[in-house]
Amino acid sequence: MIPSAFEYHRATSVQDAVDKLSQNEDAKIIAGGHSLLPMMKLRFAEPPCLIDINGISELKGITLEGDHLVIGAMTSENEIINSPLVAQHCPLLIDAAKLIADPQVRNRGTIGGDVAHGDPGNDHPAIMLALNADLVLHGPDGERTTPANGFFLGTYWTGLEEHELLVKIRIPVRQSGVGYGYAKLKRKTGDYAVAGCPVYVRMSGNTVSEVRIGLTNVAPCAIRAEAAEDMLTGQAVSDDLVAQAAIAVRDACDPAVDLRGDAEYKSNMAAQMFKRAFKDAVASARG
Amino acid sequence: MAKQHVSFNLNGKSVDVLVEPRELLIHTLRENLNMTGAHIGCESSHCGVCTVDIDGQSVKSCTFLTVQAQGSEVLSVEGLATTDGLHVVQQAFVDEHGLQCGFCTPGMLLRAYRFLQENPNPTEDEIRWGMSGNLCRCTGYQNIVKAVQTAAQKLQQA
Repeated sequence: MIPSAFEYHRATSVQDAVDKLSQNEDAKIIAGGHSLLPMMKLRFAEPPCLIDINGISELKGITLEGDHLVIGAMTSENEIINSPLVAQHCPLLIDAAKLIADPQVRNRGTIGGDVAHGDPGNDHPAIMLALNADLVLHGPDGERTTPANGFFLGTYWTGLEEHELLVKIRIPVRQSGVGYGYAKLKRKTGDYAVAGCPVYVRMSGNTVSEVRIGLTNVAPCAIRAEAAEDMLTGQAVSDDLVAQAAIAVRDACDPAVDLRGDAEYKSNMAAQMFKRAFKDAVASARG
Repeated sequence: MAKQHVSFNLNGKSVDVLVEPRELLIHTLRENLNMTGAHIGCESSHCGVCTVDIDGQSVKSCTFLTVQAQGSEVLSVEGLATTDGLHVVQQAFVDEHGLQCGFCTPGMLLRAYRFLQENPNPTEDEIRWGMSGNLCRCTGYQNIVKAVQTAAQKLQQA
């Protein structure tokens, strides 16, 4: 399988990438290429021009800026897994990245590509929602920052404007009382999730002060289970409450039917993933 | 589309190829450079049979454009053995019978070669996780895991 023909340009800086996006109609950015190239082989995508951002060093790396972890868009999944800074300040990302694809793919696949591609099966979008991350975008008019919440609009549809590029992701570092959980059901290594669920929770004793529940691959794009969050917030954790919230998670789902299962099965699996992730999140909040 | 000149090192030797931007590295290796060790399996970055080493990382060469290899160090299975004989990882696959039909073996070897540099003393679970991007439809993986364990021991002794 070979993609249809395209022009290929190597961008040397973020500004150069934005300029090349503006100069080449319908050009696509290629990051790790492990979502885009398979789509191009199948002719699901036929961009006339690819702009390769792999050589741009300013897009790589992980730093701590005040109370935010800042991750360059071209940071690979394996770089996240091996980062002591991420382990210390946002271990959820490591737990999740270890469940993405396989070792070879994690060498190429990037967090920015995963977020910006807009595939509902990608794992990082729901994680960005749960973590309340901010996305830093660069376009012809310069840089802007936008919350991840509100960025995911539909299948292959995000808040990226024309000729804009995701350059980095800002994630609030873990505060005391905060816990994370991540659960993902997949049929085999390398497959997308049947359902995935990242959970952020802040606890005061046994009471949920704040909770965000992301859901992967059970809707046209990554979503939050807001009704379940409302049910949990301000309440003491009990088995009954979690069971009710799980029903609300299930009802928030609107999955596409495919070989991974029908809508009822996927929605129920999302509820199960929520239960597991929430339990782990509460346990980790209590340290 | 205009073809582009791409230069990289393959198994320690400099090569220069003229390719369309859409050409995938696996095709350049097999059809242009006659290096047919890396195989084509699923062509969708699942099976790992096309795995090569690029700048010290395992990469599935079916999902990598040749133009992206410009200036890189590429190692394919043809580069593992030396005039002294098989690489330790290759010999371990022979000794432990880590293959049956052999189709997946080039990818397994290249992944094991890199994995044992990332993690020189792995547990069985770590081997299974580290090799999880390579599929074998014959062996049930038991002897592949043994081969990686044996290679790890031999490399530690060396």
